[in-house]
Amino acid sequence: MPELRMPSLGADMERGKVIEWLVHPGDYVHRGDLVAEVDTEKTVMEIESFEEGVLAEYLVDLGETVPVGTPIARMTGTPADVAPTPSTPQTQPSPPAPVPPAPPAREVAATPGAPGAGPLARHVAHRLGVDVDRVHGTGPGGAVTPADVEAAAAAGARGRVPAEGAREAAAAAREAAIAGPTPTSRPSPPPGAPSAAGARIRSSPRARRLAAELGVDLASVAGTGPDGAVTDADVRRAAEAGGAQARAAAPTRPAEAVPEGAAAGAPTHPRRKRRPHGERPEPAATAAAPPEHGRAEPTGAAERIASLRRAVGALMARSKREIPHYYLSTTIDLDRSLEWMREANAGRPLSERLVPAALLLAASARAAKDVPEMNGFFVDGGFRPSEAVHLGVAVALRGGGLVAPAIHDADRLSPDELMAALRDLVARARAGRLRRAEMTDPTITVTNLGDLGVESVFGVIYAPQVALVGFGRVVEQPWATGGLIGVRPAVTATLSADHRVTDGLRGGRYLARVDELLQKPEEL
Amino acid sequence: MNDTDARAAVLAALREVAPDVEIEDLDTASRLRQDLELDSLDFLRLLELLADSTGVSTPEEDYAGLTTVQALIDYVAARG
Repeated sequence: MPELRMPSLGADMERGKVIEWLVHPGDYVHRGDLVAEVDTEKTVMEIESFEEGVLAEYLVDLGETVPVGTPIARMTGTPADVAPTPSTPQTQPSPPAPVPPAPPAREVAATPGAPGAGPLARHVAHRLGVDVDRVHGTGPGGAVTPADVEAAAAAGARGRVPAEGAREAAAAAREAAIAGPTPTSRPSPPPGAPSAAGARIRSSPRARRLAAELGVDLASVAGTGPDGAVTDADVRRAAEAGGAQARAAAPTRPAEAVPEGAAAGAPTHPRRKRRPHGERPEPAATAAAPPEHGRAEPTGAAERIASLRRAVGALMARSKREIPHYYLSTTIDLDRSLEWMREANAGRPLSERLVPAALLLAASARAAKDVPEMNGFFVDGGFRPSEAVHLGVAVALRGGGLVAPAIHDADRLSPDELMAALRDLVARARAGRLRRAEMTDPTITVTNLGDLGVESVFGVIYAPQVALVGFGRVVEQPWATGGLIGVRPAVTATLSADHRVTDGLRGGRYLARVDELLQKPEEL
Repeated sequence: MNDTDARAAVLAALREVAPDVEIEDLDTASRLRQDLELDSLDFLRLLELLADSTGVSTPEEDYAGLTTVQALIDYVAARG
């Protein structure tokens, strides 16, 4: 029985509380659908489902603070589980059913500034009872505007049982019925195929199927595959070791590795029943429970700033404790880049103009692709490079603190696309509307302090990343070139990198690559 | 546009971009970046809001002169 759990929305998150449900019991939920708003103490984030099925019941109250990993809602299975199976399903030879490929998690995550709805549209949708994620957007980039929501409401598109969702569910049920009653008859994709699972637990389809068959909770299995993915061998080992030991053998998921009883409500078994309220741990952290419908108050501003400060402090202390940083700096001539940008901006409306940061981010992302030792994670004593470049962008929050959510696949975005993604990300970061994947998977981070006047910034690496790129202010400098002195706009680019992974030579190569890219802005 | 309207438009846009700034007590000599801590995206957003409310669209070459709240008010008043 699938469950939605309180996800970890960053290395420093230990608990969170649901402040608003975006789906209701009876709703059909797809993988990737936004299901709730979660207050992490740092910010409010919308979380998506990594399960598919019908939401059966909420397992936590609004405003109730629970540790990461706690089941927060119960779901019934996919239509294959709930739809009545035709009585003569196997009369015709059934070839492996053309199961529609589940949308890869990456696809969900990889859409920077995914056409979504702004806070206003969401608000209108909420008021009108429209499921905003089913509304066809006509705004920039397919964004859902308040007008779209009103149009959808007027058209009678009811949010709770959206026609489209119902159709999809029916279609899925039909296909599932043809395929036979169990999902295990799905053809197995070739080994190494991109995992369709959510980022919550990386695992192969084969491993997931096996886990379901053997009754093993994937979350309790320590993965040994790429990026910590859970392989079928891991599942077998866990099954042999027995459920209890499998739970304890999850060193990378500390919340779950704590023995039962001591664990603050950590999930230990997929079929565990809802705990009665009386047994729920951490009563002190549990706010008075408002009604299940409606919205709980997010953490107050002062409290949020204080907890954000603590969270940033804890993360940075860990980074400084564990990562042997080295620092490099170089000054880059931005004359060509800025000239190119001025030409690009001339005649454009304000809303489509670029700022220098877009070019700096574009160059940083592409250089990370070209110098892969800067792009990835240091985990379990080794470096795991990342194929994709998810560029973390340090965003200062007004009032204090910072978050560093990711622009996904930034190396493949044009400066215009990056600019749009950046604006969207910064606006949502400040409004507290970040998505889970954005917080959890940056592969390298950029901090751009130049706007506020300093010339250079030597940042602290966000563990488990291995590099942090900094840019200072663009300043006019005397610049010698070809035996002549001229005045050029220049920026100081810095790199803080992890000595366990690279040396200064490689780091220098990275900064040199950033420089090269900024000399050919038209190719960015 | 007269100064009062320009001032009202600029302050309204600022309130939107930097909700934490105490608009009522704001010294218009405040510098947008150093004092109010607007970054380049905030600045762009500010100009966008002003373009919407006053019709004054700012070409990029004028950015450099717009460093304080008062400079922005004067700019809008002269062109709106």
